[in-house]
Amino acid sequence: MTNLLETMLADRGWLLGDGATGTNLFNLGLEAGEAPELWNFDEPGKIKALYEGAIYAGSDIFLTNTFGGNASRLKLHGLEKRVHEVNKVAAEIGREAVDASGRQVIVAGSMGPTGEIMQPVGTLSHADAVEMFEEQARGLVDGGADVLWVETISAPEEFAAAAEAIGRVGAPWVGTMSFDTAGRTMMGLTSVNMVEMVDGLDHAPIAFGANCGVGASDLLRTVLGFSSTKTKRPIVAKGNAGIPKYVDGHIHYDGTPELMAEYALLARDAGAMIIGGCCGTMPVHLEKMRAALENTAPRPRPDLEAITQALGGFSSPEDGTEAKSAIAPRERRRRRSQA
Amino acid sequence: MSEEDDIVLSELPDDELVQQMHDDLYDGLADEILEAVNILLERKWEPYKILTEALVEGMRIVGIDFRDGILFVPEVLLAANAMKGGMKILKPLLAETGAPRLGKMVIGTVKGDIHDIGQNLVTMMMEGAGFEVMNIGINNPVENYVDALKEFDADILGMSALLTTTMPYMKVVIDTMKDLGIRDDYVILVGGAPLNEEFGKAIGADAYCRDAAVAVETAKEFMGRKHNQLSA
Repeated sequence: MTNLLETMLADRGWLLGDGATGTNLFNLGLEAGEAPELWNFDEPGKIKALYEGAIYAGSDIFLTNTFGGNASRLKLHGLEKRVHEVNKVAAEIGREAVDASGRQVIVAGSMGPTGEIMQPVGTLSHADAVEMFEEQARGLVDGGADVLWVETISAPEEFAAAAEAIGRVGAPWVGTMSFDTAGRTMMGLTSVNMVEMVDGLDHAPIAFGANCGVGASDLLRTVLGFSSTKTKRPIVAKGNAGIPKYVDGHIHYDGTPELMAEYALLARDAGAMIIGGCCGTMPVHLEKMRAALENTAPRPRPDLEAITQALGGFSSPEDGTEAKSAIAPRERRRRRSQA
Repeated sequence: MSEEDDIVLSELPDDELVQQMHDDLYDGLADEILEAVNILLERKWEPYKILTEALVEGMRIVGIDFRDGILFVPEVLLAANAMKGGMKILKPLLAETGAPRLGKMVIGTVKGDIHDIGQNLVTMMMEGAGFEVMNIGINNPVENYVDALKEFDADILGMSALLTTTMPYMKVVIDTMKDLGIRDDYVILVGGAPLNEEFGKAIGADAYCRDAAVAVETAKEFMGRKHNQLSA
């Protein structure tokens, strides 16, 4: 059975994702430290406005306000017993917004990380992680999400736990990781490692990719890493609109709409099929990105130099995918036999 | 297990044993570190010398490779865990012998933020470098920070935030401390993946620390300045 996402990808070749959730909620009046997920109950009108911001700026997909909607994160706000409800309501508001718009737009149920480190390095067990993700996934599906959207993951173990949970629910999904540490995820996974990891999953996502991280340049380097493997799986690019600055009591990301439009084109040229923004990306950015993607023919695959020239330099000289690295491994005394 | 090893720690002379400990910390081998610490104690090494020359120096190397993108969080956590085992033995001995202390830090994530992986790393690396750290966990309103700073008689405040929705709260904490007239009593360090130096300056922190290794270097630098001021 094909779902709406696969159908639209096949028809269109590229889709515009949405922008930031946190940034746009701040613009709607959220206070620092407040739980964005509480607004699904308390401010449904503003959550609808958040979604409409993306819908009317031309997004083909938007994410529900459920990034922190797992039991581990909701516990912070005393909401851990209402996981299903939080997620269901957020997806329902999304459905409503789409139905009212008359456009064909995909409601993607956002699932962020648990915030805990998984075993063996950390304490969260695979079984507990699967259970948490499954609970959230069910709420989103029951609320009418078209696909589930796992994002900002750092650990391959956590990505696998989400895959298993969503497999139990039987929903189609997309999964992205955050490559914020010297071009890799915090846990050291490279872009190429992620392709291999995703290919090995039992309930693999329809599309995969990168979101958030450091800046638009780094994100595109990661996309080049994905596409260099010649994977057939559609690639997602959701980069931040520049870097955060503190201006007059607010967080402001310094990427302009024009810059994000160029980023969107480069992302498509680099092999991404689902292109959106992450932190700092507002409807004004999305409009420019949409216009650029519609009015510009695809160009040749960019190299790292072209990305640097258009969007600025990278946060690290290498990203772990180089055939020949300039970083020499530390010299050791003797190897232990079993180490 | 040690009988399968090609290296017998107890047969190594002191200098080689210490180097082996650096390698074993790097590889996160907790049992081997424990064993080596005990061997050095039997050889009548001062606890403080074991701490600085074997453990702190080993973690410094781990910190460098973490900073340079050669090691990542899982390896650093394993190394820190191995270090912790050794510290457990040394801590009471250090207290008895009155070893010097570098400084005291209170650290926690701000209100709304539960992402404590980074600050836990900072805690371990700071302890690894010889600081005393009071980790007040996640989701801290400003009162928690202020109370902890007083209670712990701290020199340094560390705050961590990972989300767009929680970053501005760091400024709330700093502004409140200004209002209370205690801002200048502490060195304030901030961290979190999306932050940057300019951001740290804009909210009134003393420094932004890109990662745990940089946090240690920065804390040492500020403590050094403070000591110089006192002795001047």
